[in-house]
Amino acid sequence: MNLNLKVWRQDSPQEKGKMVDYQLEGISEHMSFLEMMDVLNQQLIENAERPVAFDHDCREGICGSCSMFINGEAHGPVKGTTTCQLHMRSFKDGDTIFIEPFRANAFPVLKDLVIDRSAFDRIQHSGGYISVNTSGNTQDANATPIPKENADFAMDAATCIGCGACVATCKNSSAMLFVGAKISQYALLPQGQVEAKERAQNMVAQMDSEGFGNCTNTGACEVECPKGISLSNIARMNREFLDGSVTK
Amino acid sequence: MSTKKQNLSSIGKKVLMALTGFFLMLFLLQHLSINLLSVINADMFNEVSHFMGTNPLIQLVLQPILIFSVVFHFVWGMYLEYQNNQARDIKYAKYKGSANATWMSRNMIISGLAVLAFLAIHFYDFWLPEINTKYVQGDMSGMLHGSDHFRYHEELVAKFAHQPIRVILYVIAFIMLSLHLLHGFQSSFQSVGFNHSKYTPIIKKLGNLFAIAVPLGFLIIAIYHYNIHPH
Repeated sequence: MNLNLKVWRQDSPQEKGKMVDYQLEGISEHMSFLEMMDVLNQQLIENAERPVAFDHDCREGICGSCSMFINGEAHGPVKGTTTCQLHMRSFKDGDTIFIEPFRANAFPVLKDLVIDRSAFDRIQHSGGYISVNTSGNTQDANATPIPKENADFAMDAATCIGCGACVATCKNSSAMLFVGAKISQYALLPQGQVEAKERAQNMVAQMDSEGFGNCTNTGACEVECPKGISLSNIARMNREFLDGSVTK
Repeated sequence: MSTKKQNLSSIGKKVLMALTGFFLMLFLLQHLSINLLSVINADMFNEVSHFMGTNPLIQLVLQPILIFSVVFHFVWGMYLEYQNNQARDIKYAKYKGSANATWMSRNMIISGLAVLAFLAIHFYDFWLPEINTKYVQGDMSGMLHGSDHFRYHEELVAKFAHQPIRVILYVIAFIMLSLHLLHGFQSSFQSVGFNHSKYTPIIKKLGNLFAIAVPLGFLIIAIYHYNIHPH
């Protein structure tokens, strides 16, 4: 298939970027979206142009690196997938495809489609952990009884790969689905109770200081999340936060 | 782990939006219940209106709380909209909002501002004349000039009978209110942290019912008084 691409090109964080048009011919429908980008980059290299910078690592939908906003949607038109798991059969011959970086002031563009998501790391540092004695006498985690349902919900929350699609797709650039998931995975387990009162307070404070917007419950994040993280995690974060506000 | 001190957080902000929203939704239900009386029985409507308009608890306690809630909900909503817009300086060249969220949820500012515009008309129609009669002219009797019966029902009817433009404006406003509530009702519960696998689906259905039935009730009352009374 032949495609018209409109790709965001930006040389550095300081410089202004712009959308640039590229034509690609002979793309196989079996290629993944990132393989199509590889073909584009090969073509650019052969023409002695700078290839398009984009994040990718595992290419099997688990690392959360690939972060493209494709035709107006985070990770493209297929729900529940990352960009690397999107295939060209989701497009038609002759299509025009817009390819942009995830946009939010808290995710500054470094180069082309590569963004700086270290705001998520700083939120994690502020409370996304539990205190465990690792001196060699660590208790087996299975020795603590946990209801199956709680273990399952905690695991569901923990499947968040921190890709940032929630922020990218939210009209307010809110990070509440990410933070909600990271708080929930501990809030549901006994091991997470030690820091429970401070965790939501600190993570929300860090989230706010990073410049993410406020959640207005549109639910777009839940729909676009490649891991299907539920909005109920945001409600749990709200409860945990309010609980911490009142009792701490 | 020590707790970081912060000013009003993003969650605190949405909780305030939800709490004033809850209060305003309760007010709507109360307002509709009384207005429905105007269709059923004019005397009953008059008596309840007189009670609401002269009872000190309602006038001096609930009314100021209501005015505060209305002003707060509007000002806060606009402030949050502004702040949320600031979180993304460079917009997308292509953004498909309809792919993952309803029009209602994405455009609360539009439906909200439409309701605000309606409130200006509504205050001019009813609230200002009421305040003028009672507190400027000091006539707390609730009686129609030169008669021995209450004025409320006649005043209401006079506003709508053979007033097509006012009725159309009201109908448009009620549709916008409905769109606002279709998202607002269930969103308020989510904001205060209420999300439950068993109850949330019920809340969503209840919210849809509330968002359609309440504005529809107001709409029917306006159209009823436009049509029914020969002058």
